[in-house]
Amino acid sequence: MLSGGDILIRCLQEEGVDYVFGYPGGAVLHIYDALFRQNRIQHILVRHEQAATHMADGYARSTGRPGVVLVTSGPGATNAITGIATAYMDSIPMVVISGQVQSHLIGTDSFQETDMIGISRPIVKHSFAVRNAAEIPLAIKKAFYIATSGRPGPVVIDIPKDITNPTDLVEYEYPQQVSLRSYNPAAKGHTGQIKKAVTMLMEAERPMIYAGGGVIQGNGSAELASLTRLLGYPIVNTLMGLGAYPGTDKQFLGMLGMHGTYEANMGMHHCDVLIAVGARFDDRVTNTVAKFCPYAKIIHIDIDPASISKNVTVDVPIVGPVKSVLIEMLEVSQAKIGKRTKTQASRLAEWWAQIEGWRKQDSLHVTPSADGITIKPQEVVQAVYRASQGAAYVTTDVGQHQMFAALYYPFDEPRKWINSGGLGTMGFGLPAAMGVQMAFPDAAVCCITGEGSIQMNIQELSTCAQYGLPIKIININNRSLGMVKQWQDMQYEGRHSNSYMDSLPDFVKLAEAYGHVGIKVERLADLDAALEQAFALKDRLVFVDVIVDRDEHVYPMHVAPNGSMRDMWLKKGVRT
Amino acid sequence: MRRIISVLMENEAGALSRVVGLFAQRNYNIETLTVAPTEDETLSRLTLTTSASDAEVEQITKQLNKLIEVVKLVDLTDGDHIERELMLIKVKATGAQRAEVKRTSDIFRGQIVDVTHNSYTIQLAGTSDKLDAFLRAMSESVVLEVVRSGVSGVSRGEKILAV
Repeated sequence: MLSGGDILIRCLQEEGVDYVFGYPGGAVLHIYDALFRQNRIQHILVRHEQAATHMADGYARSTGRPGVVLVTSGPGATNAITGIATAYMDSIPMVVISGQVQSHLIGTDSFQETDMIGISRPIVKHSFAVRNAAEIPLAIKKAFYIATSGRPGPVVIDIPKDITNPTDLVEYEYPQQVSLRSYNPAAKGHTGQIKKAVTMLMEAERPMIYAGGGVIQGNGSAELASLTRLLGYPIVNTLMGLGAYPGTDKQFLGMLGMHGTYEANMGMHHCDVLIAVGARFDDRVTNTVAKFCPYAKIIHIDIDPASISKNVTVDVPIVGPVKSVLIEMLEVSQAKIGKRTKTQASRLAEWWAQIEGWRKQDSLHVTPSADGITIKPQEVVQAVYRASQGAAYVTTDVGQHQMFAALYYPFDEPRKWINSGGLGTMGFGLPAAMGVQMAFPDAAVCCITGEGSIQMNIQELSTCAQYGLPIKIININNRSLGMVKQWQDMQYEGRHSNSYMDSLPDFVKLAEAYGHVGIKVERLADLDAALEQAFALKDRLVFVDVIVDRDEHVYPMHVAPNGSMRDMWLKKGVRT
Repeated sequence: MRRIISVLMENEAGALSRVVGLFAQRNYNIETLTVAPTEDETLSRLTLTTSASDAEVEQITKQLNKLIEVVKLVDLTDGDHIERELMLIKVKATGAQRAEVKRTSDIFRGQIVDVTHNSYTIQLAGTSDKLDAFLRAMSESVVLEVVRSGVSGVSRGEKILAV
């Protein structure tokens, strides 16, 4: 016989949970007491509940295991909402336990009461309102199963305070397995469709592989690389898919989409067969949907049937886990690859020649500042790449720095690039990096951020001090909300409405106030040394505040509205 | 195009709000909605009508299927089906109107289920079109109140929606 609070913690132990990210409060005090009386799960105390969800998210993205969050009712729950929505948009497995007021007070507008199930409904994969202690084990079992299977996502479990009461004991048994008659994610792809897709791929003259975050979530990177190499076709990754295919490989054309490379977007526009793998034809990828890939037959592999033909109608849908579908595709392709005709081979060679021509555009070329002193933001990312030998976990916030990081730090492995792609959450980077560092204490973890974003969860420097997290924060400081400013430059005749960051703190002093190391860099000549110093301080959090050119824009950039993928701004005032 | 989507879902608290929330969240419209438990008390059957193109209805059914509590669903308008809606209509029935209202009701096979000196309450079942037609036929009368149940439906023949 156990109390609801103890049962909850036992269930989390059964699920192999090692960290719970959270913040205590009235409605979860019984649960916190149960946590205190055990030592298998470590609780990480954040400074704001939003950070707890992002930490759990960073932990989940880097490990592939679900992140677990514990918050109290009312404001604790609502503060978690942004992080839950972030995880939902990027299909990240997460289990969020929120306290609720006592059962008899629900619906009476009692202290710290909020309808968490209602508020979170549109941004969760599922949620459970637990009504008595005996229901806890099954709810937890189902929550972890739902969060981690199929297309992953966050699951909320709302638990009223009275059912965790230490004096009310019930029988405890943890279910060994769970099945839901209404939830059966596809276990494998349709073999007929896979064969059809391979035939289409074999006959392609201008093929393109478009791989997204689903490849990483579905642990299909190795299979994707094998298939891509076997076929010898060009490949692009989405923002969420970076690292799904090695970023330094010759067949890789870079990121596609709004800020994709010239060769990636041109290749997409002109291809005749497109295979989308774990990608969802997001509006930041397609530009104007009606003008998307006008010459292409489209194959789409996705675990989520609702992703198929949602934005772009596809010719060959394959619903199934990316990994098993790719394995099957690889087998079918190996049998057929030898039968490709000479004509097909020469057409493919012509296609590559065309792509190499686009590559010569060198759309990511960085022109150093004329004075030789001012640092360009792209140069910061390139320097971080050098200092970390391209091997760091990199998290970002949202804005120009995020795009620069995506474009100038090639990732050769999955799960090393961690950013909020779908929701675009400023304030994500630092707590996400903390989650990664908890999971990989000895790894180099770096948060590339901006002076706008970092201030949205800057309080977590305190959490970093408490748990000794030696994150490298690279603050690309242009004293502006850079992406907002860029759009205002391009679309609002340079009227910078509220895009300046006035009254910035002295970030070095701020870092030092929390007990960390702060370094300010203002000259290009000092950049590499400062970053080397930062990465050499293996056991300290280092906040590197890099003052950069405030007028730089991110290019290439899709021309919008009404542009196709090939319509891009290549630099200020220069378009395709 | 008008669609009738019938959904079997777990008879659990919160399931209905997920379905309704989905429609609001994804900018689909609901024209009518009706829901009640079935002969299997663990299941509810929800029927809704919406106006959607083929592509939209494909998305709607896929998104509905994604909801964990949705067990099975069918777009009844995909095949032959029977649809029924119940209407209760309270009309002013005085003087010459009293006989006229009764006559119109009889033509539509309505039943007068409540009577006062000044009013009739008529019950009418049928397709939504028929109910609309009845309301048009009653346009000369003073309609005091109209209550419609929303559409229920079932496939014709041996095709069934069951677990």
